[in-house]
Amino acid sequence: MSEILSSSAAALAGKLSAGELSARELCQKFLAALEADGHNCLIGVRGEEALAEAEAVDAARARGDKLPATAGLPLVIKDNIVLRGKLPTTCGSKILHNFASPYDAHVVERLRQAGMIVLGKTNMDEFAMGSSNENSAFGPVKGPVAQDRVPGGSSGGSATAVALNLAPLALGSDTGGSIRQPAAFCGVVGLKPTYGRVSRYGLVAYGSSLDQIGPLARTVEDTALLLGVIAGHDGRDSTSADEPVPDFSAGLGKGVKGLKVGLPKEYFPDELDKNVRARVNEQVEKLKAGGAKIVEVSLPHTKYAIAAYYIVATAEASANLARYDGVRYGHRSSKAGDLLEMYRNSRSEGFGPEVQRRIMLGTYVLSSGYYDAYYLKAQKVRTLITRDFTEALGQVDVLLTPTTPTPAFRLGELMDDPVSMYLQDIFTVTINLAGVPAVSVPAGAVDGLPVGAQVIGRHFDEQTVLRVAASLEGDE
Amino acid sequence: MSETKWEAVVGLEVHAQLKTRTKTFCRCSTQFGDEPNSHTCPVCLGLPGALPVLNREAVEMAVRTALAFGCTVHEESIFARKNYFYPDLPKGYQISQFEKPFSSGGSVTARLEDGSEREIRLTRIHMEEDAGKSIHTISASGTAVDLNRCGTPLIEIVSEPDIRTPEEAYGYLTRLRQVLLYLGVCDGNMEEGSLRCDANISVRPVGREEFGTRTEVKNLNSFRGVEKAIGYEMERQISLLESGGKVKQESLLWDAERQSARSMRSKEEATDYRYFPDPDLLPLVLGKQWIEQIRQNLPELPELREKRFGKQYGLPARDAEVLTARKEVADYFESTARLAPGTEPKKVGNWIMAEVMAAMGEHNIGIDEVGVNPEQLAGMFALVEQGTISGKIAKQVFEEMIASGKSADEIVQARGLVQISDEGELKRIVREILAGNQPQVEQYKSGKEQVFGFFVGQVMKATRGKANPQVVNNLLKEELSD
Ligand SMILES: [Zn+2]
Repeated sequence: MSEILSSSAAALAGKLSAGELSARELCQKFLAALEADGHNCLIGVRGEEALAEAEAVDAARARGDKLPATAGLPLVIKDNIVLRGKLPTTCGSKILHNFASPYDAHVVERLRQAGMIVLGKTNMDEFAMGSSNENSAFGPVKGPVAQDRVPGGSSGGSATAVALNLAPLALGSDTGGSIRQPAAFCGVVGLKPTYGRVSRYGLVAYGSSLDQIGPLARTVEDTALLLGVIAGHDGRDSTSADEPVPDFSAGLGKGVKGLKVGLPKEYFPDELDKNVRARVNEQVEKLKAGGAKIVEVSLPHTKYAIAAYYIVATAEASANLARYDGVRYGHRSSKAGDLLEMYRNSRSEGFGPEVQRRIMLGTYVLSSGYYDAYYLKAQKVRTLITRDFTEALGQVDVLLTPTTPTPAFRLGELMDDPVSMYLQDIFTVTINLAGVPAVSVPAGAVDGLPVGAQVIGRHFDEQTVLRVAASLEGDE
Repeated sequence: MSETKWEAVVGLEVHAQLKTRTKTFCRCSTQFGDEPNSHTCPVCLGLPGALPVLNREAVEMAVRTALAFGCTVHEESIFARKNYFYPDLPKGYQISQFEKPFSSGGSVTARLEDGSEREIRLTRIHMEEDAGKSIHTISASGTAVDLNRCGTPLIEIVSEPDIRTPEEAYGYLTRLRQVLLYLGVCDGNMEEGSLRCDANISVRPVGREEFGTRTEVKNLNSFRGVEKAIGYEMERQISLLESGGKVKQESLLWDAERQSARSMRSKEEATDYRYFPDPDLLPLVLGKQWIEQIRQNLPELPELREKRFGKQYGLPARDAEVLTARKEVADYFESTARLAPGTEPKKVGNWIMAEVMAAMGEHNIGIDEVGVNPEQLAGMFALVEQGTISGKIAKQVFEEMIASGKSADEIVQARGLVQISDEGELKRIVREILAGNQPQVEQYKSGKEQVFGFFVGQVMKATRGKANPQVVNNLLKEELSD
């Protein structure tokens, strides 16, 4: 049984289509594993609904219907992706604890078309704001490797579920590193696609110009498989790109011979944890051995990235989260004498402290008199950062960096130190600002704690990013 | 004490609802008056995860309007979020345009009552979405929200502070509405809220350059209301300043019933809208060619049409103005004139202004609903021109055409209304009348010529109006001169 749980999605898909395994059986196994989860990975499990969908797949297969290769594959999705049905979409927040979405996100529609079965909704930092999964109204997720460590965030539940074999695949969302950082901490693969590659329709917005939904899996192949299911143009998201969707697994196994890999010097500062540096250097050696050419490049505006990110993301969030006002859905305070009191109390009671902090920060940077100094300047920095990447990626095929400056820290360690917490994202936020794709792939461990290497590519070139990532994995 | 002469400095902000079939950023219907919240979806409800997609039809209408007023249409503009909390604003922000609107400049020519004209410059026209409606009257315990209107496309037309008198404001709004109706982009209905107006008002001594402190008057729901409110606010500010007081910058709500304005709570004024570009929408890019295509397809605008009517149809200025006030009426006139080439256009115009417009006024309907189309009306004119019916009978026929929907021909035939021009028959009747009214004949012959009209009336009565008046006149003169 555990062999099935630890199988890759690709292997499971093979078993399903060969009729060696029924979708129902598979679904039941994972549901049982999810029920037994002691890490608080899930906010909601679908149970009967999922089983009914699995049975429908089995019935279709028995009828001889032509099914997609993915039909019957189970997965979990982050709880900021709306899903119609019995489960609420909470975003890890009290303010949406009872919000049942009347519609499916675009990616959910894609999953359904692919015959995939959503087993449950994963725990997350409230509204995807956090780097440790401690900002959840449903309690923190305990790291999969060491229970006293954070799994990373905000897609901590998704990364942990995959790492613990509670699901072969998961969807997360990444605004400043929220897929890649937990993937690194949990020892799994996590990809943030190019901005516009995956429709945001139905992803509860945090920082709209930065948010992307992406896959988490235990192998690069599975990551490519899930990306292939969710990628593609959607007319309901104006920022969704009308770009052709290639076979993302086409480059896997081709090695890196002839590729140019850039090491941005700003991502290897003197202060970098020496063990993390050592692990990433091992990956560099692997690439060299594979025939890649390694060059040093520079992304000179990196030092402004954290500030620019926290201005842009919080500004957008301050408006995005204005709709949670207690009027139409979600939490409404029982202490709501007049309108203003209703707003004030519903929001103060409904939002956790980190979300409140970011709403206030975002409100501040957009305020009259401060807009130019903060928001406008941050946008200018963003333009410069994007140019940095365009120039660097003009010289090389991909960039390689550490995903995080350290391995997973302890639960509670940074909770009272928001600035150190924000610095966790130092190697990941720039990628969102520039809109390019990046994947975190396991790069060994430090004192038993996983470390990730980040491969960054050109806009819409996930194929090469995955190809390089594939050549780094699988040496354990 | 020297008497200061004051003038007003007024700028108007007009919100016009565009007549698109669907909303600005979703595909919900814009139908007015349906079951509350029946035209809603995740997007216009502001549900988590929903995203806006711009309605091309709304952009086209907005651009059409801007071009009609001579605005510069920009090839790139930005949608921005205007942030404020209100229950009928589900997202907590309104998608509008702020720093980079799609158009700027342009002007509106206001006509005053004496026929003179004033050019009022426009600052800009921008696009935005409407909010829903809060309904406070349903229950005592709370407020209900109807989001059917939420997301309906609006354009905001902002004037420069070029308006100096209440009358100019009225003239400005009238022309604005007229053009919007000509363009078919707005139904111009102030009662239903498809046209709304706020006024920024200050006063200054005539001859001074600087502006005084202004107030913003809201809740103006008719053009006369705007005129009255500006007059009221001018007087209030003048008397305040003359008595040594100061005008406070504030927002006022116009109370049409009491004909006065009251201050809004200051809480609502202190809002900082924190505009910033909406990251869910790409910059709006309009192709030069597309803009040109819209410009080519603009209808003839009322000012030009009015001038042309004067020239082409020889209409007096006043007639041309009345006939072009509404596009449908102007179209109706032109069709009828074309279909009744034997009738003088001025006569066609008179008929429309008198009879057709009376019917419209009586039932408060549009010209398309009167029940007589240009073809039918031209048919009636043809009967008059042929001498089949008299002008007097024509009025009767027209009334019946409205009531029955039948053609003039059918009515004239069925009711035997054909004019009697036969001299023999009329001579017989004339003789009968004269014979039966000898005292009047005596009077006439003794020089009291006014009695002539009496004889005409009697003949008409005897023929139920069908006698050809020209023939009757001639016969009477002939018989009486014997
Ligand atoms: Zn809608």
